[in-house]
Amino acid sequence: MHPAFSVIFLTTLIGVGQGLFLALYTAQVYSTVELLPAQPNSFYVLGSAISFALLFAGLVASFFHLGHPERAWRSAARWRTSWLSREVIVLPALMGAVAVYGIVYHLDLRLKDFGFATSVDGDLALVVGAGGVALSFLLFLCTGMIYACIKFLQEWATWLTVVNYTLFGLASGFLLATVYAAYQAPALIYFYGVSTAVITLVVCVTRVASLIRNTRLRYKSTIQTAIGVRHARIVQKSQGFMGGSFNTRDFFHGAAPWLFRSIKWVFLVLVFPLPLALLSFGMIDRSVTLLTAAFVVQYLGLLAERWFFFAQANHPQNLYYQTIS
Amino acid sequence: MTQLALVIDLNVCVGCHACVTSCKEWNTSGEAGYLSDDRPYGEDPTGTFFNRVQTFEVGEFPNTDTVHFPKSCLHCEDPPCVPVCPTGASYKRPEDGIVLVDYDKCIGCKYCAWACPYGVREIDEHQKVMKKCTLCVDRIYDAALPEAERKPACVMACPTSARLFGDVHDPDSEVSIAISESGGYALMPEWGTKPANHYLPRRKTRIKIHDDELMRADNPLKKEGVQPKPDVKEPSLDDVTSW
Repeated sequence: MHPAFSVIFLTTLIGVGQGLFLALYTAQVYSTVELLPAQPNSFYVLGSAISFALLFAGLVASFFHLGHPERAWRSAARWRTSWLSREVIVLPALMGAVAVYGIVYHLDLRLKDFGFATSVDGDLALVVGAGGVALSFLLFLCTGMIYACIKFLQEWATWLTVVNYTLFGLASGFLLATVYAAYQAPALIYFYGVSTAVITLVVCVTRVASLIRNTRLRYKSTIQTAIGVRHARIVQKSQGFMGGSFNTRDFFHGAAPWLFRSIKWVFLVLVFPLPLALLSFGMIDRSVTLLTAAFVVQYLGLLAERWFFFAQANHPQNLYYQTIS
Repeated sequence: MTQLALVIDLNVCVGCHACVTSCKEWNTSGEAGYLSDDRPYGEDPTGTFFNRVQTFEVGEFPNTDTVHFPKSCLHCEDPPCVPVCPTGASYKRPEDGIVLVDYDKCIGCKYCAWACPYGVREIDEHQKVMKKCTLCVDRIYDAALPEAERKPACVMACPTSARLFGDVHDPDSEVSIAISESGGYALMPEWGTKPANHYLPRRKTRIKIHDDELMRADNPLKKEGVQPKPDVKEPSLDDVTSW
C-alpha cells in the first residue's frame, strides 16, 4: 500500500495522546491508593492539555487524507458496520473526556459539588478519567481494526495489528509522560520510565512477531484465482493502459527495494534499543535532554514503523497491475 | 430478488478495448459528471475509468494462450467495499443488486478501494470522490431508449458479443443459462465476496476422429477389391477388368 503521511501522523499522534492520558490516569489512581506521591492539580491540567493537543493534531492530520474534508461529519453515520466510522466517533469523544478531565482538575471540582460527597481526593476526576480510559482503549481497538478487518490485506489481518497499535501508543505516551514528569513531577520519572521500558520491550516482542508472521505469509490470492485460469505459468502482458492510474499509485509504496528493506531496520533501531538506552541514561542522570531525545527518537522511529506497516501490505489488486504493456 | 450483472466470455473477447472506450464515452458525458483525465495526450497520461481490458499470456511458447480479460466492478453479492464506508456513500441497491457510490456523500477517504480485492474502484482526482462501474444505471432504465438499447454501454459496444447483461438470479435468463451451461466462474472465490459478474472460460474446439471414420470397415469398394480378378487375357468391358 502507498503510505499516506496524513494517516501516519494521525495514528502516531493520537497514539501518543492516548498513551499520555492513560499515563496521567495511572498516576492519579496510584496516588489515590498511595502507591505514588500525590501531584498538584496543575500536573493533570497541563498533562491533559498536552494530550488533548496531540489528539487534536492527529484529527487535523486525518483531514488531509480526505478528498472532501467539508463532508467529514458524514463519516459518523455508519458506526454499525465501519471501524473507520467508529473511530470518527470515539476520537472526538475521547478528546471531550480528556478536556473535561483537565477542566475538572483546573476548577478543582469534586463529586460533592454535584451532591455525592465522598472521602476520596479527586473523585470526580477518577470517574471522568475512567470513561476516558475506556474511550482510549476503544480508540486503540478502532484504529487497529480499521486495518485488521480487511481480510485480504493479509499482513494486517491479525490480532497483532490491534495489539501493536495499542502498545506503540502506550509506549510512546508513557515515554512522553516520563519527559513531562522530568519537568513537572520528578517523583514520577522512575515510575513512568520503568513502565515505558516494560511496554517497549513487550511491543518489541509483538511487533517482531508480526514481522516474522508476515515473512511466512502465504497469499491466498494468486494470478490464477485473479483471472480464474488454472495454469502454472500466467504472465500479464498488458494492464490495459500505458500511463498510471489510481490503482498503480495508491497500492504500491513506490520506494526502491533497498530503501524499503532499510526502513525496517531503521524503525527497529529507532523505536526499541535507542530510546531504551537514552531513557535509561536519562533516568540515571536525571537528564531532561536525554529523556526528550529518547521521546523524539522513538517518535521518529514510530513514523518509520507506520510507513513500513503500510508499505509492507500487499494488496491482491496488485495482481492485476503488474505490466504496463 | 434481482441481481443485475455482466457475464464476460473470455473465449470470445478479442481485446479490442471497444467496451473501455464506449464506457468512458457514456459515463464521462452522463448526468453524474465527467470522468477526469490528466495529460491525455501528454507524456504520462492518467485518468479515471470504470472498465479496463487486460491481457495475460497463459503457458509457455509455443503452447501459449492469450487471454484478454475485461475487468470492471463485479457488483458482489456480499460487497466488502460497502460495510467499510463510514458515510454510507457506498451502497448496494436492494432492488437490482447494483453497487453504487453516492458522489454527494463520498468524502474521498479511499477506504472502500482498500477494501476491494479486485481494484475496480478508482478515485476521481479532480472531483475527489470514489468512482466505479454503475452498470450504466442511467441507461438501463431509460424508457426513452428503445428496449434493445437498455443495456450497459460496454455490452452495446462489444463487436463479438463477449459481454452479456442480465439478471443472474433469474434461472431462465440468458446470463444464468450461459453461466450454468458454459462453466461460468467468479473471480477470487477465496474471499467469499460472491461476485455477481461471471466469466466464461476459454473453450478449445477440437474434432475427435476415430480410425474407423477415416477407413471404413464396410467399404463396398474394398469388398469388391477382394473379388477374384479375371485373367488378363480374358476380354472384359466392365470395371472389374484387368486392363
